[in-house]
Amino acid sequence: MKHSILRKIRIAVSIFFLLFTSILFLDIANFLPPDLFGYVTLFQFIPSAIKFAVLFIPSSIGFIIILILTLFFGRVYCSSICPLGTVQDIASHIANKKKRKKKFLYSKEYFWLRYIILVVTILSLFSGQLLLIILLDPYSNFGRILAQLFNPFINILNNFFAFTLEKLNIYSLYPIEIKSGYFIAALFPFLFLAFILFLSYKRGRLYCNTVCPLGTLLGIISKFTIFKLKIDKTTCEGCGVCSKVCKSECIELKSKKIDFSRCVACYNCLDVCPSDAINYQFISSGIVKQSSDKSRRDFLSKTSLFIIGLTTNALSQIKIIPQKESKVAVKKNSVSSPPGSKSIDHFTSNCTACQLCITACPTRVLQPSFTEYGIFNIFQPFMDYKTNYCNYDCTACSQVCPTAAILPLTAKYKKNIQIGKAKFIEDNCIVKTENTACGACSEHCPTKAVLMVDYKGNLKIPEITNKYCVGCGACEFACPTKPYKAIYVDGNLEHQTAEKKPVEKLDQKIDYKEEFPF
Amino acid sequence: MRRREFISKTIKAGLVTGTALSVGNYSELFPSPSNLFSSDFDLAAIKGGEPDAMFDEAIKAFGGISKFVKKGQTVVIKPNIGWDVEPERGGNTNPLLINRIIKHCLNAGAKDVYVFDHTCDNWNKCYSNSGIERAVKDAKGKIVSGASESYYQEVTIKQGKKLKKAKVHELILESDVFINVPILKHHSSADVTIGMKNLMGNVWDRRFWHANDLHQCIADFASFRKPDLTVVDAYYVMKKNGPRGVSKEDVLTMKSQIISTDIVAADAAAAKLFGVDPSKIDHIRIANEMKLGSMNLDKLSIYRKIL
Repeated sequence: MKHSILRKIRIAVSIFFLLFTSILFLDIANFLPPDLFGYVTLFQFIPSAIKFAVLFIPSSIGFIIILILTLFFGRVYCSSICPLGTVQDIASHIANKKKRKKKFLYSKEYFWLRYIILVVTILSLFSGQLLLIILLDPYSNFGRILAQLFNPFINILNNFFAFTLEKLNIYSLYPIEIKSGYFIAALFPFLFLAFILFLSYKRGRLYCNTVCPLGTLLGIISKFTIFKLKIDKTTCEGCGVCSKVCKSECIELKSKKIDFSRCVACYNCLDVCPSDAINYQFISSGIVKQSSDKSRRDFLSKTSLFIIGLTTNALSQIKIIPQKESKVAVKKNSVSSPPGSKSIDHFTSNCTACQLCITACPTRVLQPSFTEYGIFNIFQPFMDYKTNYCNYDCTACSQVCPTAAILPLTAKYKKNIQIGKAKFIEDNCIVKTENTACGACSEHCPTKAVLMVDYKGNLKIPEITNKYCVGCGACEFACPTKPYKAIYVDGNLEHQTAEKKPVEKLDQKIDYKEEFPF
Repeated sequence: MRRREFISKTIKAGLVTGTALSVGNYSELFPSPSNLFSSDFDLAAIKGGEPDAMFDEAIKAFGGISKFVKKGQTVVIKPNIGWDVEPERGGNTNPLLINRIIKHCLNAGAKDVYVFDHTCDNWNKCYSNSGIERAVKDAKGKIVSGASESYYQEVTIKQGKKLKKAKVHELILESDVFINVPILKHHSSADVTIGMKNLMGNVWDRRFWHANDLHQCIADFASFRKPDLTVVDAYYVMKKNGPRGVSKEDVLTMKSQIISTDIVAADAAAAKLFGVDPSKIDHIRIANEMKLGSMNLDKLSIYRKIL
């Protein structure tokens, strides 16, 4: 039991990552400076690997550090850094408290299922398809659980306290409007959470060792680690306590072997072994031969995944039909991807839909997509101008993105990026239909790409100069017409550069001694 | 902590009121409409100073803020904090001015001075970048969010022609004194934005106004709760590209201020200062016709001062 210090470190590190990753997603008031986020998300393997592939910069080498750590000590990412892993540990910890006697039991790995998922995921990645990563990456799933379920929950709590204090004339705590996405965007994380809690409650790290493609990948690397946890057959008394506390169910008592490809390096076994028989041992070579049998459960898990696939496909058939009230329907060729994402293509092929940008966006113009980018890119955020519009000076999403789907921007540079172009439908415009003044669009336009020009009599009507438009969506958001807007932003497939509007100097001088004009 | 702070403040406020009762002038505690509007001037126009100094001068013409704010009263100040821009851009009311008005109110014995706006850009950014949040806290006022529908309560606007109902911020409904502190600037929808247009930040649904004859709605709402005092900040004046502005090049430093108990008169004077005929601004003309105030400046007694 001298090794229990390892277990303590593991627990401390895992709580650290769980806590700080959670705080990033639960910062409902956008209190944290966005440039700090990277220090926490740096070590999330898949986002970091994508970022490295895109940017090739030192701040994205988190996954390399993980790889090195894995090569030395095994899957420490899974036990300590992966927030979803810690969530599962909490669930199985509770489970073990409840069922005192029947704890974990050794089980064979679901070899085919495990490797098929990994291979299909990698193959789909090569074809530029991110769906499996979106659906299976543990960090991104954790992100969505927090963004879609816990963030609104904290928000509701906050609002409750804010209302209570308001009754006492205290306004220092303020309510925050909840602008969460559509139902499925919250339903999927909810089902996923239920699924993973159930699995871990029953079977510990079954998800990590069967479904999670990252778990399998790190498992393969674990086979080549320099230091492996091994049972010293001479000192082992065969009591089997280790196997009972192994949440990976990977300690086989008969042969006194640890399947290190499934071991998540939690060190629970080191802690309980009465004869200190489990140790890190230096291993120069030796790949543990894997048994490759299928099972009924294997089949069940496969079908359940298939069903998940089917439902998501079926959901894509649902189209939102707007009320038939107004004359000219808005037909967008594309939605806009956030500034810094270069193009829809770059964005959709690099975003794992962790939705950190959504929770960091102060206006919440970023919302999870459904079919906006196509069903295979479900949950990736898009600029939803129904919810709000992009703040002209803000670069929060670009600062927090852990994958480089949104590249870091300076405020100055961001103001020149055109993510879409405003389009005007005169027949929907209040000025034409009601013959009264409006101009909400021009009011909100930060670049004055939308300008009010002379119309009939005193009236003015919007006119758009596309080259000055940044596509922030302020005009579309502010436009009061229903159900179709009179002005909307059509997303650029490739982001372009907006021209700066030439500044006209005021040639008025003021004489402070001059009398008032009344 | 917060609760304790609240309790201690309540006690302090109680003590202050108590002392006032024992030694102060009783009649001042219970304002009657007659002493509220006993000033000789209808409007004050000041030029050539800093925003805070100009307010000191302007309010003197009305006999000081104590003509409006009595001991123990709550005050709501409604600046324009619509945009995420710094003060020099002229998009929001000058923070120095807000700071000074709060201090005047608190000196006059106000119990609480609240400041809010229903902003257009993200409210947190507007509040902080405008410098108003800081200015309010420094002056010991209370900055309140306007960004949640829960603050707004539905009211009927009896005189309204187009705008008959609106959801209005509770501070406007509950506070004893309402001070409207707009900034004068160009406006793409309403031609200019001054006092009445600034009241649009008191309501939740602004799209309705835009969709239902904006100018009429602006005038309609001015009939609901007229501010006790309108202070027009014309220090940095955005002459074009309003109301948000594109750069500092849109701004003319006019160093002026207009204050009046008559919101229509304040708007008319500010419009003239801006260089437009108030009768050409539809909502000013309509408000004048609805007798919500007077745009006929010749008939008003005006205090003019160039510092």
